Amino acid sequence: MSGPLPRWADVLVIPLINVALAFLVAGGVVALIGENPLAALRVMIEGAFVYPGSLGYTLYYATNFVFTGLAVAVAFHARLFNIGGEGQAAIGGLGVMAVCLTLDPYLPGVLVIPLAILGAALFGGAWAFLPGFLQATRGSHVVITTIMFNFIAAGILVWLLTGPLIRPGQSTPQTRNIAPDATIPTVHEIARALGFEASSSPLNLSILLAAAAAFGVWVLIWRTPFGFRLRTLGESEPAARYAGVPVPSMVVATMVISGALAGLMATNAVLGAQEKLVNNFTAGFGFTGIAVALMGRAHPVGIVMASLLFGALYQGGTELSFAYSTLDRNMVLVLQGLIILFSGALAHMLDGPLSRLFAPRRRLPSTP
Amino acid sequence: MTEPSTAGAVHPDPAIELIGISKRFGQVQANDDVSLSVRAGAVHGIIGENGAGKSTLVSILSGHYQADSGTIRLFGEEVKLASSADAIRLGIGMVHQHFMLVPNFTVIENLMLMTAKAPFLTASRKEVLSRLAEIGEKYGLTVDPQRVVETLPVGLQQRVEIIKALLAGGRILILDEPTGVLTPDETDRLFESLAVLKARGVTILLITHKLREIMAVTDDVSVMRRGRMVAGRRTADTDRQELAELMVGRTVTMVTNETARPAGPPVLTASGLSLTDAAGVARLSDVSFTLHAGEIVGVAGVAGNGQSELLNILAGLDVPTAGQFTVAGRTVSAAAPADPRAMRRLGVAHVPEDRRREGLVLPFAMSENSVLGYLDEARGRRPWLLETRRMRARCQSLMDRFDVRPANPRLAASGFSGGNQQKLVIAREHGAGPAVLLVGQPTRGVDIGAIEFIHRELLALRDAGCAILLVSVELDEILALSDRVIGMNGGRIVGTLAAAEADRRRVGLLMAGIGGTAEIAAGAQELSA
Repeated sequence: MSGPLPRWADVLVIPLINVALAFLVAGGVVALIGENPLAALRVMIEGAFVYPGSLGYTLYYATNFVFTGLAVAVAFHARLFNIGGEGQAAIGGLGVMAVCLTLDPYLPGVLVIPLAILGAALFGGAWAFLPGFLQATRGSHVVITTIMFNFIAAGILVWLLTGPLIRPGQSTPQTRNIAPDATIPTVHEIARALGFEASSSPLNLSILLAAAAAFGVWVLIWRTPFGFRLRTLGESEPAARYAGVPVPSMVVATMVISGALAGLMATNAVLGAQEKLVNNFTAGFGFTGIAVALMGRAHPVGIVMASLLFGALYQGGTELSFAYSTLDRNMVLVLQGLIILFSGALAHMLDGPLSRLFAPRRRLPSTP
Repeated sequence: MTEPSTAGAVHPDPAIELIGISKRFGQVQANDDVSLSVRAGAVHGIIGENGAGKSTLVSILSGHYQADSGTIRLFGEEVKLASSADAIRLGIGMVHQHFMLVPNFTVIENLMLMTAKAPFLTASRKEVLSRLAEIGEKYGLTVDPQRVVETLPVGLQQRVEIIKALLAGGRILILDEPTGVLTPDETDRLFESLAVLKARGVTILLITHKLREIMAVTDDVSVMRRGRMVAGRRTADTDRQELAELMVGRTVTMVTNETARPAGPPVLTASGLSLTDAAGVARLSDVSFTLHAGEIVGVAGVAGNGQSELLNILAGLDVPTAGQFTVAGRTVSAAAPADPRAMRRLGVAHVPEDRRREGLVLPFAMSENSVLGYLDEARGRRPWLLETRRMRARCQSLMDRFDVRPANPRLAASGFSGGNQQKLVIAREHGAGPAVLLVGQPTRGVDIGAIEFIHRELLALRDAGCAILLVSVELDEILALSDRVIGMNGGRIVGTLAAAEADRRRVGLLMAGIGGTAEIAAGAQELSA
C-alpha cells in the first residue's frame, strides 16, 4: 500500500488536476455543440475578471460560497453531512430582517449592523439546531432532516414575504428596504468616496467577515479543545466516547455552528447586496456550498480557493449567455457538475498514481 | 483430481512446496523469497509475530493473492493458484481466524454455499448430507446439520468451518489462528480432531503466534520474521525459548510476576454490578469484587463473557442497570452515573480493548493522540486554545520514556505498528498517574518485544501502588501477571483464585463456568483421572 499524500498535494495538486479534467471534458462538450472551447473559455475568463465590475461580482459570489462552504466543512469534520445550508441561509436572511425591520428606525446603523449579523448567525444556527437535536437524541439522519428543512424554510419565506413581511402597497414578494445607514457598505461606494473610479457591483464588506470566518473556522477546528473533540467524533465515535466527549451535545453544537455559518451568507446577500429580503435569494448557493467544501477538502484555505473558482464560474457563465446564442449559464452548470464529479465522486481517483509519484521522494528522509 | 490419500499411505512428495515466493504491497515486502516444504500427512506449524507475513503466505496458498514471483508445488506438481476456486479444486481447505459463515443459516445451508451447483437445492442438499455423513464417519467430525449456525457454541462453529474446508477435497487443511476464540477445553478438543485428521492422511498447516500450540500439536515448525522464513525445525528438536528468540530475532525474557506482595488498602469496590442490554439480555450479572492498591487482578474468560462490559462500566462508558461501585469516595450507579471524564478525574485510567477504534484516533498525529481524554493537560495560559507545542513536547517525552518508535509526535498513529500504538496508549494512561488502571487486551496484536515491555511496565506500575484490573483472553498473560485471578463466564464471576493456586487447568475450569473451590477440586481430579 502506498502511504498518504503530503498535505499540500492533497489540498492543492489534486483539486487542481481534478478541475483541469473537468474543464477538459466540458471543453469537449462545447466542441460537440459546435463552438470553439478556447474562445468560450476566454469569454468566461474575461467575463469573470476583466470586464468592468466583473471582478466585484466574482468576489461577491465567492463570498456567498465561503460561508456556505465553511458551513458544510465544519459539520463534515464531525462526520455530519449538513446539506441544509440553503434553508439555514434563508432563515439567516429572516434573522437579518428581524433585526433591521424592528430596529433600523430607532437605532443608528453602526449598532443595527452587528445585531443584524448576529441575527443571521442565530437564526441560521437555530434552524440547524432541530436536525442536530433529532440526530443526537433520536438518530434521525441529518441528511434527511436538513434537506426537508430546506423545503420548510422556503415555505416559511414565501409565506412571510407574501403576507406579514411584504412591503405595503406592492405585490412583489419582498420586504421594504433596509435603512441605508444600516446596510453593509459596498466596495464601489467606498472606493468612490475615496475618489477612485469603480464600476458598480454587489461586492461589499461582508467579504472581510467571510475571511474572518474562514480563519475562525481554522482556529476552531485545529487549535481549540472544542475542535479537537469535534474531529475526534468525526474520525471515530468509539474513540470520542472513550475520551469522554459528550457525543449528543457535540452533535448539536456542531450543527448549530454549521447552521450559523450558512446563516451568515445572508449578511452578504441581504444586508450587503440586496438591502431587502427577496424570495429565493439563496439561489442555490447553499447547495453549491457542498461542492465547494468537497473541492476545498473541508479546509478553509481550500474552501476560499474553491469559492473563488465557483464565483468566477458563476459570473463568467453569465457572460457566456451574452456572447453566444448556443451557450448559456447551463454550460456552467455542466462544468460545475463535472467539477463535483471529479473533485467529489472521483476525488480519490488520482490518489494512487500521485502518491506513487511522491513516494520515492518522501521515503528518503525517513530511512535511517 | 487424484483421490485423497487414504490412511497410512503417505505421499512421497511434499504436500506443499513453496519456492522463492515474494509478494509486495506498495512499499511493504510482505513475503520475501519465502520457501517452505510441508511433508504430506504432517501437522506443520508456521509461527511468527504480527506482520511477519504469515497471513500473506497463507492467502497466496489459498489463491486469495497471487505471488509476484515464485513457484508452488502440490504433491510434486507445479500449480497455478489464480483464485480461491483453484485452491478449492486442488483440495486446499482454509479455516479463517474470523469465521466465514452466514450466522442465521443452518449448518447444511452454509455447507451448500460451497457446493450447490444443481439448479434446484434439493439435489445439493442430498449430496451435502451424504458427504457430511461420510466426513463424520471418516474423521469423527459430527454436527447437527439442521442447527442454525449462530446458536452453536464457538467450538462447533469452528467445526463447521473445518467440515466446509474438508468438503473441498480434504487433502490440505490450513488453519489461521484457530484457537483465539476457544476455551482451553475447546482448544483441546480441536487438537484431538486435528490428530484424527492427521491419522487419516490430511496435511495440516497451522498458523499461530502461540508457542504452546506449536509445541503441543505440530510435527514440524517454520518461523517467519519480517516477511522472511528464518528457520525450520522438527518440533521435537526445539523448545519454546528457541522459537521465541527466532521469532523476535533476539533473546527474550518472559516477564512473570514473581514477587507476591501484600495487597494495600481497597481502592475500588464493586457490588452487584449488572448490565442488561436493550434486547433484554443480561450481559453482566451481580458482579462483586474489591480491587486493592498495588495488586493486579486478572479477569480470565473467553471473549464475550462480560469482561468488556465490566471494563466499560468501570470506565464510565456504560451505566450499570443494577449494582454500584465505589472509587475515591464516589459511588457510581444507575441513579448516579459517571462519564469517562468523571472517572478519569477520580483517578481511573483505561487502556481500552479495541486500541484502533477506541484508544486512538488513527488519522490523528501521535501528539494529538497523547492527549485523547486528557485535553485539560494540553491547555496552557489560554484555555480556549490547544498548545500544540506543549502537546508535542509532552508526547515526545512519553515516546522516549516508553520507547515508542519512530519517536516522532507529528506522525499519524495509523503509521505505527500495533506494539508502538499500544505503548503510546499505555504511556498516556500511565502518565495520568492513576490510582486504578483498567487494562483490556494489552497485548492483542502486539509483537513479542513490545509484550515484554508492556508487561514490565504494568508490573512496575503495580509496584508503585496502582490497582490494576487486567482483562485478557490470553490465559498465559493472565497467569504471568496476576496476583489474583477472577474467572468469568456468562456475565458472572464464577470464582476467584490466588496467584499461587491459579494454573491453566483451574482457570480453564472457571472460564468454562465450573466454579466454587469444591467443584474445581472435583473437576481437576476428573481431568487428571
